[in-house]
Amino acid sequence: MGRRVGLEVSLACAEAVGLCNVDVIAAYPITPQTHIVEHLSELVADGHLDAEFVPVESEHSAMSACVGSSAAGARTFTSTSSQGLALMHEILFIASALRLPIVMAVANRSLSGPISIWNDHSDIMAERDIGWIQTFAENGQEVVDLTLHAFKVAEDSRVCLPMAVNLDGFNLTHVIEPMELPDQEQVDAYLPPFKPSQRLDTAAPISMGMVGVPEVYTEAKKACLEALENSYPVIVEHWKGLAEQFGREYKPIETYRTDDAELLFVTMGSMGETVMSAVDQMRDDGQKVGVVRIRLWRPFPVDDFMNAIAGAKVLAVIDRALSPGVPAGPVATELRGMLYTKDDRPYVADFVCGLSGRDVTRSQFTEMAAQAKEAASSGKEMFCQMVGVKE
Amino acid sequence: MADEGMTPWKDLALGCAMTEPGSSRRFNTGDWRSRRRPVTDREKCIKCGLCWIICPDMAYSPDPEDEGFYNWDSFYCKGCGICLEECPKDAISWQEEREEDKYGPACGS
Amino acid sequence: MIEVRFHGRGGQGAVTSAELMALAAIEEGKYAQAFPSFGPERRGAPVQAFLRISDEPIRLREKIYEPDVVLVLDPSLLATGGVKDGLKPDGTLVANSSKDVAAVRGECGFNGRTALVNASKVAEEELGVPITNTTMLGSLLKAAGLIDINSIKGPLEHRFGKIAEKNWKALNRAYDETVIEE
Repeated sequence: MGRRVGLEVSLACAEAVGLCNVDVIAAYPITPQTHIVEHLSELVADGHLDAEFVPVESEHSAMSACVGSSAAGARTFTSTSSQGLALMHEILFIASALRLPIVMAVANRSLSGPISIWNDHSDIMAERDIGWIQTFAENGQEVVDLTLHAFKVAEDSRVCLPMAVNLDGFNLTHVIEPMELPDQEQVDAYLPPFKPSQRLDTAAPISMGMVGVPEVYTEAKKACLEALENSYPVIVEHWKGLAEQFGREYKPIETYRTDDAELLFVTMGSMGETVMSAVDQMRDDGQKVGVVRIRLWRPFPVDDFMNAIAGAKVLAVIDRALSPGVPAGPVATELRGMLYTKDDRPYVADFVCGLSGRDVTRSQFTEMAAQAKEAASSGKEMFCQMVGVKE
Repeated sequence: MADEGMTPWKDLALGCAMTEPGSSRRFNTGDWRSRRRPVTDREKCIKCGLCWIICPDMAYSPDPEDEGFYNWDSFYCKGCGICLEECPKDAISWQEEREEDKYGPACGS
Repeated sequence: MIEVRFHGRGGQGAVTSAELMALAAIEEGKYAQAFPSFGPERRGAPVQAFLRISDEPIRLREKIYEPDVVLVLDPSLLATGGVKDGLKPDGTLVANSSKDVAAVRGECGFNGRTALVNASKVAEEELGVPITNTTMLGSLLKAAGLIDINSIKGPLEHRFGKIAEKNWKALNRAYDETVIEE
């Protein structure tokens, strides 16, 4: 049986990776991911985890090593943040194009400049198009469960795609909180050993990473697009399996008090928890509000999202990154795009907040709800609001 | 004619991998050769093997019937002339070649 | 839910004391969060750590602005460390000081319920080093409760191994010697 422990979330992430019996970890440390990879290196050095830990010289090398490792058929993991994620940028596209089931924990941290080590989503928002499956955790338990789920989905022969599990840097990584850590038998029952659909093997040689001339590139990309879209049912299936094995349920889009809500917040990541508490306070005050929390970011579960927001008149989208020049945040921009073709569209207000770890409080969310409602009813356009900017 | 895909996307291997080993053997680099071919005078040849080692397209291979000498392959030779340049005995020289004779019998001895 | 803010200097174990409390609470079946003020730190610089303990799941990722309890590990922070900021008027200040309550209140500007112990002296005598984090936990437990004092033993042993016994002794001594004034 699993056991309830108090543990720093980074360490729990490492423990989850250890329980998954990875074969290779190639990683470079960067705040606030460091405790994840440090603990993994300890597990390997102390003989608790039979894996190869490759202390590479940069994140670009980390992802490159992961590509090689996964191509050879090894269960492969890495983790990074911010500049590190940016540094591996070019290889991220290759990992998905080669259909390699690498699992990566991204401890979300702001992209410089100014130099920042604190939490926001700018690092992963700069990687929306890499063709990876991407999920977001709201708390430590989810970090553990989504990590197990990631290996299961990525390595499924119907998927064969790399997967990123996002957890907020510092706000999750450096917090000690209670979690249930499953035991090895439970994890083994859920996650069998990796059986690659194809791999580099001298006994049966193949080549990966070919040049794709104009006559083939489009079709190659079509195949990857289809793979990403078709991963959705597998993702849901393995969440069901997780519920059966561990008793905890996960959905692509989670809802909280949305039933008769007129205004819905839309969140991703741990900030959703604070918003749920804010919603409780607003509900006590008689306001009809709720929260929709995006757990599956890529492939975006459009139908689930549309069902979740049905009936709401106003969406207050919480963006944790900027998209300069748009000038709304990335999440609101994408949601507006999806809503464009729908007949029944809510008013979408976009709030960019919590950049570089700036705290966002329940009272601020209450203000945002008020602003959004006011703008919606007055018909004023509220394209994007940067919250709390000191003028 | 507009550009077209060469393969239906569903027929591509996973990750667009090349699953046939050694497929570059099928690539007819000899097609690039034009108007002349290298010919070795075995009287001058000292069997040093440099032509074999240096050829970028592996157009030379050991002659199984005459040890030490090398046969030339018209399918791969692109006529770059490096073997000619590097032969220490100037044993290799150009011979005019008509387009229709490109894949005719190899000239050697 | 109770919120506690810890004030210390880098290297004094403020973060550890918050963690130990959280671990003890979790062992009791409660919900808890412990986290430092996030960012790079250096020895000697003032640091803060935060703790939430609740019987219900804690769905908050905010910082702590209005703590119910403030714990001060280093007396030098009383005057300069923003110790009273946000501390609820009906909250409790728990501090390491050799002075009396009136003097401490004068230094930090908080006039509410105050618990004091000369933790530096206790730590020096029981541990041989002026590291007051575990000692102050005794004071915290006496003044604020939060968990059963025995629940802290397990986390102490896990963290400190051979020297856990000494720390437990210092903790208990501080518990006994803490003076509380409403």
